[in-house]
Amino acid sequence: MTERFVAFDGVTKTFAGGVHAVRDLNLDIARGEFVTFLGPSGSGKTTSLMMLAGFETPTAGSILLDGRSLDRLPPYHRGIGMVFQSYALFPHMTVAENIAFPLTVRRRPRAEIEDAVRQALDLVQLTAMGGRRPAQLSGGQQQRVALARALVFKPPLVLMDEPLGALDRQLREHMQIEIKHIHARLGVTLVYVTHDQGEALTMSDRIAIFRDGSLQQVGLPGEVYERPLTSFVAQFVGESNQFAGTLRDVTGLVELDGGWRMPATIVHPLAIGARTTVSVRPERIRLSRDDGAAGAVQELIYHGDHLRVVVRTDHGHAVFAKLLAGAVPAWVRDGAAIRVSWDAADARALDALPNHTTEEKLQ
Amino acid sequence: MRQPMSRFLRPRFSAWLLVLPLFLFSAATFVVPIVMMLARSVQDPELSRAFPQTAAALALWDGRDLPPASSIDTFIAELRDARGTEGLSFAANRLNSEISGFRSMLLRTARSLPRDRQDDPVAALARIDARWGERSTWAAMRRASGPFTDGFLLAALDRQRNDDGAVVRVAEERAVFVTVLLRTLWISTLVTVFCLLLGYPVAYLLASMPGRIANPLLVLVLIPFWTSVLVRTTAWVVLLQRDGMVNGLLQRLGLIEQPLTLIYNRTGVLIAMVHVLLPLMVLPLYSVMKGIGRAPMLAAMSLGARPFEAFLRVYLPQSVAGIGAGCLLVFISALGYYVTPELAGGGGDQMISYFIAFYTNRTTNWGLAGALSLILLVVTGLLYVAYARLSRGPRAPA
Repeated sequence: MTERFVAFDGVTKTFAGGVHAVRDLNLDIARGEFVTFLGPSGSGKTTSLMMLAGFETPTAGSILLDGRSLDRLPPYHRGIGMVFQSYALFPHMTVAENIAFPLTVRRRPRAEIEDAVRQALDLVQLTAMGGRRPAQLSGGQQQRVALARALVFKPPLVLMDEPLGALDRQLREHMQIEIKHIHARLGVTLVYVTHDQGEALTMSDRIAIFRDGSLQQVGLPGEVYERPLTSFVAQFVGESNQFAGTLRDVTGLVELDGGWRMPATIVHPLAIGARTTVSVRPERIRLSRDDGAAGAVQELIYHGDHLRVVVRTDHGHAVFAKLLAGAVPAWVRDGAAIRVSWDAADARALDALPNHTTEEKLQ
Repeated sequence: MRQPMSRFLRPRFSAWLLVLPLFLFSAATFVVPIVMMLARSVQDPELSRAFPQTAAALALWDGRDLPPASSIDTFIAELRDARGTEGLSFAANRLNSEISGFRSMLLRTARSLPRDRQDDPVAALARIDARWGERSTWAAMRRASGPFTDGFLLAALDRQRNDDGAVVRVAEERAVFVTVLLRTLWISTLVTVFCLLLGYPVAYLLASMPGRIANPLLVLVLIPFWTSVLVRTTAWVVLLQRDGMVNGLLQRLGLIEQPLTLIYNRTGVLIAMVHVLLPLMVLPLYSVMKGIGRAPMLAAMSLGARPFEAFLRVYLPQSVAGIGAGCLLVFISALGYYVTPELAGGGGDQMISYFIAFYTNRTTNWGLAGALSLILLVVTGLLYVAYARLSRGPRAPA
């Protein structure tokens, strides 16, 4: 990144009781970028957003906005628009009054406010709804009001904290595209928090993946999906088969537990004999009758546009593959003998996941 | 489709049966006694029971000069028959509330009635007591002849009917109830305002804390609520007296030199009542604020409002429902307060309930007690209606 419009510099947040919500976060965001913080709950993504908004104070490190340190700047002086998960609309004000709020607190002239509110209502396609109360709107419409309110004062940076979480799937997908279009049209910098990897892949310019307070990987959606750097990212973004094994030679040959030897791409420097997790996307699994590890079809699940095939190999691994509907060979049948393989380029030897015995101990 | 649906939605007969015990209980112990008590404020049965024919005859009297001799004859006859009965005693009490001294006059007259019929009954009575010759005596009897009267209600508003039947103010030195009613409203208003000022920040603090901290603190708010009003008031009497802890502390801190008079005056009443009623303010505020949550304040600040402006424009309007409910609860409870002003206040701090209790227990003037209760009930009802109107008014049309 050449431009550091938003910069997290070694930001750490420790809550009372010594819980590390965020550990040494370093992240630059360029002007006009759409960056998504993705992670499970408790991963530190929302805390990072709240520190950027000014509602939490970093324990260490600092945050810069457009070259200015935000350290001592209260939220109401940061000029950052924010959309909350609960929308946080003001129920005692009309839609228009809600949207006008950031302008009225800035004591803008009345004519300017009226213009801006009208434009904002148009932007979110609620032109005729200005006189209603939030309670008279549907969830999707309330969401749009919250969006308009966060945009109306033309903040250079807009934050969104799981804004679509309360909507049903169809509406959510529609709003994802709409927010993406608004971002493209206005050119604002947008930081978006979600735990929905599909949402992150659909909307973002870049995705920052959080886990246990640490940044796991930052990259373009395609990068994060195709070239995950950790087994957590491989598992969290999209679906993947993950097999524990031991690296046997420098070309990337891995002996999976159970004795199955398969090729993989070495992502991080690994010593021969080191434990590793091999991650393979289900759509990259190759099924055939004559090449690869022997096994049998255990389960077929029909998904309309694709078919999920679970193969139990003779080594004891359950491998799941996705086949596009229409490209399913006739010999993929329930219980049929089948062979499983993949290309070295599609399998990534990542960090070792804790093995099953330790996992059980942890639970 | 409609018919079967509504059949399930309608409460069934068996459901009503379950409510019946409570309904009967509250009807028997609450509704009926209250209605009877309030009915006393317009009933006036004593005279018409003791002297039914006299009462009927006096009702026909035009009120000028003296009643006709026949009516007075009837009265003498009935008074003679009533001698020594309980009814005479009740009637005497009733008449005494019209003119003080009437009781002894009537009883003495009953004892010393002439044996035979007199040609001039008025003169015969006047020989026993000169007041029988006065028109006001008979006017008082006519006012008390019932069976219904507006006298108690008028008295509760410091009004009475004069000998001509017109409504006039009572004499200055007897006019107390309007003052007491205004004092009751004023003390209740002050208590409500102080409760709001003290309770709002507490409720706000509780509502903005995580549950594991807020819940124990909420218990601290509730403990006084669970303690008897009498105990709490007595505790304040102990704390606030001249050489009590509060004065001792203030003196030791050097804030005052002479002990303050904190009890048996208005200050004591206000302190004790605010303390007793504070939970009634905090609880509705807390529950409303809990529903508001943190998000609106954060949103307002992220949109550029300073904390104070965010509070005024966003938080406060949303908490209005809680303010209304809390103030209504405190105010209406305060209106009926009796124990606390009685124990912590002085003579000039007694509220209307004190007088209701006084007329119920000490002078057994249940008519006046009922009238005062009715006025308190009407004032409370009007305030509630006003509140309901106001709180519905500014909302959006549903």
